[in-house]
Amino acid sequence: MPKVTVDGIELEVPAGATVLQACELAGKEIPRFCYHERLSIAGNCRMCLVEVKPGPPKPQASCALPATDGQEIRTDSEMVKKAREGVMEFLLINHPLDCPICDQGGECDLQDQSVAYGRGKSRYDENKRAVTEKYMGPLIKTAMTRCIHCTRCVRFSEEVAGVDEIGALYRGENMQITTYLERAAKHELSANVIDLCPVGALTSRPYAFEARPWELKKTLSIDVSDAVGANIRLDSRGREVLRILPRLNDDVNEEWLSDKGRYQVDGLTRRRLDQPWLRRDGKLIAATWDEAFAAIAKINPGKDVAVIAGDMVDCETLFAAKALAGALGSTMIEGRQTGLDYSCESLAAVNFNSTFNGIETADAILIVGSHVRWEAALLNARLRKAVKGGAKVFVVGPEWEMTYPATFLGTDLAVLGKLPKDVTDVFEKAERPAIILGGAGLAKGALGPALQLCASLNLVRENWNGFNVLHMAASRMGGLMLGYAQKGGIADLAAAKPKLLISLGADEVDYTRFAGSMIAYIGHHGDSGAHAADIILPAAAFSEKPGTYVNTEGRVQFADKAVFAPGDAREDWTILRALADALKVSVGFDSFEQLRAAMIAAVPALGREGLADYGALPKGKGTASGTIDAYPIKDFYLTNPIARASVTMQRCSAELLHGQDFAEAAE
Amino acid sequence: MADRQLAPDTPELRARWSSFAWSQDNARQAKIIVARYPDGRQRSAVMPLLDLAQRQVGAETNTQGWLPIPVMEYVAKELDMPAIRVVEVATFYFMYNLVPVGKFHVQVCGTTPCMLRGSDDIMAACKKRGMRIGHVSDDGLWTLTEVECMGNCATAPMVQINDGNYEDLTVERLDAVLDALAAGGSPKEGTQEPGRHTSEPSGGPSSLKEMVKANHDYRGEW
Repeated sequence: MPKVTVDGIELEVPAGATVLQACELAGKEIPRFCYHERLSIAGNCRMCLVEVKPGPPKPQASCALPATDGQEIRTDSEMVKKAREGVMEFLLINHPLDCPICDQGGECDLQDQSVAYGRGKSRYDENKRAVTEKYMGPLIKTAMTRCIHCTRCVRFSEEVAGVDEIGALYRGENMQITTYLERAAKHELSANVIDLCPVGALTSRPYAFEARPWELKKTLSIDVSDAVGANIRLDSRGREVLRILPRLNDDVNEEWLSDKGRYQVDGLTRRRLDQPWLRRDGKLIAATWDEAFAAIAKINPGKDVAVIAGDMVDCETLFAAKALAGALGSTMIEGRQTGLDYSCESLAAVNFNSTFNGIETADAILIVGSHVRWEAALLNARLRKAVKGGAKVFVVGPEWEMTYPATFLGTDLAVLGKLPKDVTDVFEKAERPAIILGGAGLAKGALGPALQLCASLNLVRENWNGFNVLHMAASRMGGLMLGYAQKGGIADLAAAKPKLLISLGADEVDYTRFAGSMIAYIGHHGDSGAHAADIILPAAAFSEKPGTYVNTEGRVQFADKAVFAPGDAREDWTILRALADALKVSVGFDSFEQLRAAMIAAVPALGREGLADYGALPKGKGTASGTIDAYPIKDFYLTNPIARASVTMQRCSAELLHGQDFAEAAE
Repeated sequence: MADRQLAPDTPELRARWSSFAWSQDNARQAKIIVARYPDGRQRSAVMPLLDLAQRQVGAETNTQGWLPIPVMEYVAKELDMPAIRVVEVATFYFMYNLVPVGKFHVQVCGTTPCMLRGSDDIMAACKKRGMRIGHVSDDGLWTLTEVECMGNCATAPMVQINDGNYEDLTVERLDAVLDALAAGGSPKEGTQEPGRHTSEPSGGPSSLKEMVKANHDYRGEW
């Protein structure tokens, strides 16, 4: 533990810390552009210069200098001030003065730091360098003249994303950042370089010229595009959410966000259901709320009612629907839309027990039937970290493009019963072995056999639980905690032939199985669920209601409401509460607070932020058979109704996955 | 240097070069080069392999050689590394030609010592012969480039033509060298000054004169 002095403050810093980190520990702000906590150290912007004694009598780049015992560091001396002014002046030499038309304005590191550390006046009157724009795909807008060559984007795509596609070509003043042959950046985390870019060189293309940061209301929320539950911030103006940015949470998403979570935002204003609809003579006709409720009351379902939950529903809605069904005397509730029927007797057996933070430290990982890159892009970045730390990865299932070295063991699930010797060798030696079971594996009944591997591969040890199930729906764990699981899955509901089927934004269900039922769709987008519905009750999207979400780790997280739902649409729980009145039953809550209290009383874990405790893993049984022919996600960019309504996501899908060409508009 | 650009990635370029593969000799040579680096560090061989590829392209096109995109991709595949990393290296070092060059790549040094010794005249003489900076001359023989210091300041001015340096130039001496090259000859490399061997002081030593014949201990005279 080296002892250093920063501006006269003596402190001990952890071994291996840099001078920059030492200064931060002492509470001193060090300006920087290229340094980033989650990327390797480059040391090329020179903004973090400080004075260090002993050492050469010149300022030193603190980000790349290890803190050693007895160092005397000054961040407030004349030398440091002059050095910072000089570096800033050089950086600004070739940086255009186009802040008024730059989208980074107001949240620009260069802008802020030139105010704080610059000279305030330029002495440069030569011509500035100009760089041609580079095409980086439908999400990233470039203005490369603004680039200050910090190489954060290069390091991100190489180190975190594991897709080498951005590079720095040429040298010196002519250095240019570009994707390979100016092709579109093609991975699921590509838009994070926009957040990383300290200047306006890489900005958001769909959000271009939409708003200034100070106009926006910031609401803390949770991403519902997958089961990772990334922490996000909704930036809204008036009644519209304009953009979604990741929030810092080291346990979940670090500070990244998948492109889908970030850019499905424009889907929130398109194809919305903003008034009730009734099906008359096979056609949907606009109606009022009263007419819609009267139509439901008329069929008087009694206990012949069933509920199917969609993938993006919050726990409060799930609980309200369960309470309504319960008041009517039904327990027919199900959330696994595509017909999965794995056993949910123990929630520990269907949970991501290692946690995302933990899986980083795993040293042997067996992935069964999961296209991790598409099913949980952020988890894939964690797995890459694990592999960089020495982990070996094996995959059972069809091959997909990995971002780290891995061995495919074929598509036959029988391999779980007799793992090849090189796999068992690795797992025998491993200290933190893990298995990740994905949706394709669950569909083929691999849950029991995978649980058996817990014993044979010794996955559960002291302070380590290596058994993981990776879900794809934001509502899945919350739904399972609230009992949204029938023994036979959705087939049980179909067999019961309910008079009334309440669909909570369920758009992946095969509704032909419910031909005899009246389908009341409570959702926010005119997607497949609405097409099949007999009655459409317009509800709120995740950005328009407060809610509790549980991610695939069993982590309970709360989201806030950013904007109001459009038109006549209402928050889901109020619709269900009103429906209770229409059906003349009581659900026991009249306000959101009462609803949440009732939910917490029923499932206490939902009231505590953080990991829920599901108890011990059960024993597995059964043998695995069959082959995994395909993964459930066919198109990463179009997995949910919001994304399908999003123009940005549609373009990503067409251009990045289906190779369609989009001509650039001439400027 | 400043106007270096990658050759555009056109279908014609792909058609011409996507079948690029090591010749037999170069395949052997490439193996030797890669084996110089420790296991797992094979990527370090990217620079010598790019050079080898450039020479092979040169042999195939009867020029000094250059690096079309498909050739860089071939090198990337050989070393199992992302193509963008190879392109980064190739664009950084200007010894790698990014566009086609002529049979002789005339690189005129224009840095201060050479400039003081008359590199402007050398440049003008080159241009007079029909060379243009960054272009292949009409007869396909010449490409002219102005470069920074090549480390031959003692024998300035100098030009580098493909792998040879020609030093102590005057316009006449340069013309002689270029004429000989154009005629298919191989003029003497190094200094072109009669009586001078390498970079020793021109016109005999001006200091340490006692050292010329035998080792001399100067320490007593300090």
